[in-house]
Amino acid sequence: MTGITMLKRERAKEIFKKVLKYSTADETEAFITSTSYSLTRFANNCIHQNVAEDGLNLSVRAVVNQRTARASTNKLDEDSIRQVCEAALALARLRPPNPELLPMPGPQMYRAVDRFDTESAELNPQVRAETVRTAIERAEQDGLTAAGVYSNGVHVTGLFNSRGLEGFHEETSSEFSITMLKEGSSGWAKKTSPSCLELEPEVLADLAAQKALENHDQQDIAPGKYTVILEPAAVLDLLGFLFFDFGGLSVHERRSCLTDRVGQKLFGENINVRDDVFHPLQAGAPFDGEGIPRQRVNLVEKGTASNLVYARSTARKVKKTATGHGFPLPNEYGEAPMNIVMDGGKTSVDDMVKSTSRGLLVTRLWYIREVDPYQKILTGMTRDGTFWIEDGEVKHAVRNLRFNQNLFEMLNCVEAMGVPQRTAGEESFEMVVPAMKVSEFNFSSSTRY
Amino acid sequence: MKEFGALAIDAATSQGATYADVRVMDIRQRYLSTKNGETAQVRESESLGLGVRVIVDGAWGFASTDDLSRQGILSAALKAIEIAKASALAKKQDVQLAPETKTVDQWEGPCRIDPFSIPVSSCLDLMLKVDAELRKVKNITLAEVAMDFNRIDQLFLSSIGSEIRQIKNQTGTGFVATSFAGKEIQRRSYPNSFGGQYQTKGYELIEELDLLGNAPRIAEEAAALHSCDQCPAGEMDVILGGSQVGLQIHESIGHPIELDRVLGTEANFAGMSFLTLDQLNKLKYASDIVNVVADATPAHGPGLGTFAYDDEGVPAHNTPIIKDGLFTGYLTSRETAAAIGQEHSNGSMRAEGWNRIPLIRMTNVSLLPGEGGLEDLIADTGDAIYMETNRSWSIDDRRYNFQFGTEIGWEIKNGKRTRMLKNPSYGGITTEFWNSCDAICGPEEWTLWGTPNCGKGQPMQTMGTGHGASPSRFRKVQVGVAYSK
Repeated sequence: MTGITMLKRERAKEIFKKVLKYSTADETEAFITSTSYSLTRFANNCIHQNVAEDGLNLSVRAVVNQRTARASTNKLDEDSIRQVCEAALALARLRPPNPELLPMPGPQMYRAVDRFDTESAELNPQVRAETVRTAIERAEQDGLTAAGVYSNGVHVTGLFNSRGLEGFHEETSSEFSITMLKEGSSGWAKKTSPSCLELEPEVLADLAAQKALENHDQQDIAPGKYTVILEPAAVLDLLGFLFFDFGGLSVHERRSCLTDRVGQKLFGENINVRDDVFHPLQAGAPFDGEGIPRQRVNLVEKGTASNLVYARSTARKVKKTATGHGFPLPNEYGEAPMNIVMDGGKTSVDDMVKSTSRGLLVTRLWYIREVDPYQKILTGMTRDGTFWIEDGEVKHAVRNLRFNQNLFEMLNCVEAMGVPQRTAGEESFEMVVPAMKVSEFNFSSSTRY
Repeated sequence: MKEFGALAIDAATSQGATYADVRVMDIRQRYLSTKNGETAQVRESESLGLGVRVIVDGAWGFASTDDLSRQGILSAALKAIEIAKASALAKKQDVQLAPETKTVDQWEGPCRIDPFSIPVSSCLDLMLKVDAELRKVKNITLAEVAMDFNRIDQLFLSSIGSEIRQIKNQTGTGFVATSFAGKEIQRRSYPNSFGGQYQTKGYELIEELDLLGNAPRIAEEAAALHSCDQCPAGEMDVILGGSQVGLQIHESIGHPIELDRVLGTEANFAGMSFLTLDQLNKLKYASDIVNVVADATPAHGPGLGTFAYDDEGVPAHNTPIIKDGLFTGYLTSRETAAAIGQEHSNGSMRAEGWNRIPLIRMTNVSLLPGEGGLEDLIADTGDAIYMETNRSWSIDDRRYNFQFGTEIGWEIKNGKRTRMLKNPSYGGITTEFWNSCDAICGPEEWTLWGTPNCGKGQPMQTMGTGHGASPSRFRKVQVGVAYSK
């Protein structure tokens, strides 16, 4: 296995045994993680950055007299393990007690997920470079300039506590993304997967090249409300700003846009969203930051915000059941759904274009920020391919546009959806989402290149 | 540290590297937070490791490890060599570096009070007092306070014989009062939003900021925002508070002057820049009163971009970026400086940690002060909107079309601050906006703001940058754009 140093379950258990040996806390938890990650980066049709990292981290949480704190180190010698245990305990003793602190959970049963792909773990720099070279050759066929990344990694998490809980998860990751450029035009494509075999770099290079070739002679259009066809990456990056609001603690603390709105029909009848770590296109461990098994939770059903997710402490506070979405303790955020799966439809992007008399096709969005947390108004720009549609055909490219769009209104204006797919963008974590045709999307200004 | 680094350099050069550098970094962090009367996070971390960067066959390779055994270091060096050889499979030309001289030196950043010497219980006590002050105000539904202490001990070695040890303490703190009422969430933050204020100094920053004394005002403003008027929309003059000017500099000057963006090497992620090479010394970036520098030298102040040497061993520089409104300089690395024919790098390369390569990052990109206080400026302004403390920020991938929102605003009528306004926002085009700047407050209003969360690169790196700024006035700006229908 080229250059990959994986943390094995037995090694993680040995480390935890040492933690228990040195910890004098009432309760002790250890997060032991390892990462072996490599990334080849290219631009201007050559590789310009090419990196690898190997790291192992031990994070110890101590509980003493209803107080808890965390200390972490990447030094795994005996002395360092002893010191990190002592540091966690000392920090815990210095904080005020929390009467609501729950005892650590005991042993749990986890449904198996298989997200380890040997080929992805073993992908070496030569293979990545050859793949990149092929993508560059594709660019050069059409006089384009290519920039992008090809990465792979192995990520291992072991979670143990002194009540006997033991969670262990191994996962591989891979990514290929590419931007093709030509004299003021650009095109982009990206895919991530636990398996590099799913990436299809040549297909992505071709997609990005086609976009760049079509994205020439961009014309201005006036800001205003338009029907838009959002490709999946654009959908993902918008929706990514919504789902932290489905954390139970954020609603309890009245910082969520769902405050006083849970149970209400907020979105169109055709909107159904769930959190499902077990979905075949999803990634991640089957347990949360305390080791609670992740549950499948329906978040939006026929447009109604029907359920939230809960860490143990939030669940107790609001008299609900923990769903396995908590972050490692102690934290101020509570929980969030991180494995979003949205139902879609069967309409292809081509058919969406054919059904549109006047509108815009949007490849991806960029630099999205929340401008109003309760109305959920987001702003951002289009990027790498925005096209004018007229009478069911893509007519020409347009200059990038800025939007200011209320997400509630947007999800009440979804006219058609494609088949959901695992999607990666740059503003949000990966989700399974469809392409969407949306009416009345609000563009407020345009840029000048 | 030196032993680890020297082993990696020797291994790399003996295996054919024509250039090698190593950073050994020992990073310690303590993070504390409180929320609604309770302690939230209490955590410490330490991270020690080594990253080795090499040029072999004219191409770059980099590998990092936290296994600092002899075998671990040798493996990392050999992996970097292997990776560089792979890079050479897709190169157009050999990497060329602008020359740099051998340096042996050490430097320690300013730190009057070691933050790690302050008992955690004392910090939490202060934070909980601030929290209590915030929650005394009716309608404050969430009070959050945080302190963040970092100590970075770094040794840089290179195959030209440089050996540079630098130790920096970086401290940050801030609080937020959130109010939910009716159908609205409003927030006020102090001394800045999104983490507060950060500088390269010790616990003295906490003492200087008077968190407790400012808590009642901030909480009252957060609650009052619900009942004030919406910021109007249209073309009008604006005065921006100092921290908002700092972020405006960051997004619309700091990023576009990064030469790696200009040359296309960030095209797939962070984007490129409208500041193409033909614009240097020609573009009228801003009005005549605007002078901007990228100054990493300790003389500029304790910013998050202050150091003695960058992560290529280049001494800290003070580079004029905008001189009397004219665009005069980029942020460069040894490789990008050579690419555009400059004799030397101006020392802008920094890495987030031992496991990341250095990238061109903003140092302290600062707007030099003008004259007069904020109240003088307001009195000198007929009708305008004064906006304070960032709430949202967005700019396109060439750094030209931007939109910002702030937490609070006030209407200025006939030179007087009048009604409070909620949900202020403004937008524009970078060069038009900076050319509309016709007043900059003086040194008494100038603060070296810290932006601790600047993201760039793949894999993503988060870096702290500094931005000296004072309140400034801009004419004929599009206001209220975020709520346009």
